Amino acid sequence: MSIINVNGVTKIFGTQEQRAFTLLQQGWSRERLAKEKQATVAVNQVSFSVEEGEIFVIMGLSGSGKSTLVRMLNRLIEPTAGEIWLKDRDISKLNDVDLRQVRRKTIGMVFQKFALFPHRTVLENAAYGLEIQGMPKDERYKKASEALGLVGLNGWEDKYPDELSGGMQQRVGLARALANDPDVLLMDEAFSALDPLIRRDMQDELIALQQKMHKTIIFITHDLDEALRIGDRIALLKDGNLVQIGTPEQMLMEPADEYVERFVEGVDLSKVLTAAHIMRRPETVSLDRGPRVALQLMRDIGISTLFVVGKDKSLQGVVTAEQASEAARSGQSLQDVMTTDIPVVSPDIVLNDLFALSGEVKLPIAVVDPDGKLLGAIVRGAILGALAGNVPNGAIAEETEGVKPDAAQHR
Amino acid sequence: MRLNIGEWVEQGVDWLATYADGFFQVMSTGIEGSVDGISGLFLWPPAYVFIIILTLLAFWVGRWSLSLLTLIGLFIIEALGYWEPTMNTLALVIISTLLSVIIGIPLGIACGKMDRLSSIVRPLLDFMQTMPAFVYLLPAVTFFGLGIVPGVIASVIFAVPPTIRLTELGIRQVPHDMMEAASAFGSTSMQTLWKVQLPVAMPTLMAGVNQTIMLSLSMVVIASMIGAQGIGAEVYRAVTQLKIGQGFEAGLAVVLLAIIIDRFSQHSLKKRNTQKQGA
Repeated sequence: MSIINVNGVTKIFGTQEQRAFTLLQQGWSRERLAKEKQATVAVNQVSFSVEEGEIFVIMGLSGSGKSTLVRMLNRLIEPTAGEIWLKDRDISKLNDVDLRQVRRKTIGMVFQKFALFPHRTVLENAAYGLEIQGMPKDERYKKASEALGLVGLNGWEDKYPDELSGGMQQRVGLARALANDPDVLLMDEAFSALDPLIRRDMQDELIALQQKMHKTIIFITHDLDEALRIGDRIALLKDGNLVQIGTPEQMLMEPADEYVERFVEGVDLSKVLTAAHIMRRPETVSLDRGPRVALQLMRDIGISTLFVVGKDKSLQGVVTAEQASEAARSGQSLQDVMTTDIPVVSPDIVLNDLFALSGEVKLPIAVVDPDGKLLGAIVRGAILGALAGNVPNGAIAEETEGVKPDAAQHR
Repeated sequence: MRLNIGEWVEQGVDWLATYADGFFQVMSTGIEGSVDGISGLFLWPPAYVFIIILTLLAFWVGRWSLSLLTLIGLFIIEALGYWEPTMNTLALVIISTLLSVIIGIPLGIACGKMDRLSSIVRPLLDFMQTMPAFVYLLPAVTFFGLGIVPGVIASVIFAVPPTIRLTELGIRQVPHDMMEAASAFGSTSMQTLWKVQLPVAMPTLMAGVNQTIMLSLSMVVIASMIGAQGIGAEVYRAVTQLKIGQGFEAGLAVVLLAIIIDRFSQHSLKKRNTQKQGA
């Protein structure tokens, strides 16, 4: 169910917003409006909806209007036109009192430069949103402490923001937003001011937090890697226009136009593509079959190894052509000759982490789910092929069906 | 051609003196009463008892160095025989600072929030700070008569600008994203003012108040020319009678008082901050 529906939202900066908007609708270009009317179209008739409980990333370069767009969702910036539906209420039409209530109860926000209050302790910062609602001290400090616990800041309550590192300060920022227990969390370049290692940790923690708390998160970033890492879906903005919305995979594999293509071109595929992307359908033989069946299958398909699986598709081992013919000669079963000590990975491992493994082993790498069920196989050429841009289409199609239920772990 | 601004001002002053007389009377009584009350309070205990009280107070707001300074400074003033005029002056400074703060901080906040008001007030402040004090001393005498009250008024006119300016600056310097955070969590504008803007602006604001204190102290000699009692009157008397030594002594008392007040106000500001930081 979608929790937010944005419909034709537009922001024009300038002295005659409405006039400029009329002209925009009449087909004036951004450039012409800027030149002749001194009106800047920051966000141009953008529509999208955000599902409950997803991390929706709005991505774009600086000047693309992403910060303006997110600020219109809680009306820190007044939209020139358009509707913003939060559940069944149009935020763009709320009066001041109702808007304040929505900001207090339903939408939390985290800022790029943390925007903590320097004269307040960590605890007082986290309790700010509750304090202005008039919640009694004991109660709001209790809730604020809980929120600080969620972000791992227990024991830091009495410190001041300037005594904390950047990463910790942003945890306070996050706790301040979480303390109100909002349904929606707006995060404006929340991790962009942090150094790369801390940033990764924060991304991981955000994902973990989101799985625990099921908040709907709208995350603004200019960093494609970040978007691909944390986003369930990504919206790409360019010059105030929405260029494409899709899952990280779709953005990479089916860029809507040249701009998206160029945008994703520089991405480090080894950190984005996972085992699930490049694995092929595994060739298997059931454990209860004899070695001769296995040999026949190998001959038919033209390969030299088969995965041996149980009735429930659970991976048991690998058998090679030599092992199978040895068994056939000596009358042994597949179980007696197969190799059980084989490389196994989960579908969400990124290629970067596969390199080391693929160098060591001769056998194809098996991709299994947490229950031990065989999902696919990775042959050695596939990793390099994927980095060169050749992702087997069939694998992707299969992946989008087969791995989707695991999407939560699939990062 | 000659511009007759002077005539208009005179007419204006006459008009005010005639029709707003009651208002000035009330103000005059109020100010005189509070100055007298405070100096009476300071002079009520014997000088050395009050010196010890202030020394202890100094130890509480500052460190031992401040209390030592207070002890020695006040002792010298007492030993020079200027205790009573100094306490009168201190009362004058306290009342004019109080008035300046009462007028200056709200006006500064308003200027910080309203660009148009700010553009009206700013040239007025320039005017107040650069117009020679004697010039507005005379109309003040017309309105309030001779004595301590026109002295307080003149001090306020001369000393209030830094409080207004630095309050405005402090309010405007609050980072934009902090203001955004305050509204994003649903603060009313009053909540934003009290819980975010004023606390963040406080150090700048207090620097303004400190300047105001020092400026109103610097008015004491001028104020004494229209009959305000205090250490300024001692300086003025010595100068008009060409008594160099006495003039220097009285001047030294002014300097000592200035240093003590300045350190006091700076330390109490610092104390606020360190309490916040160290808690």
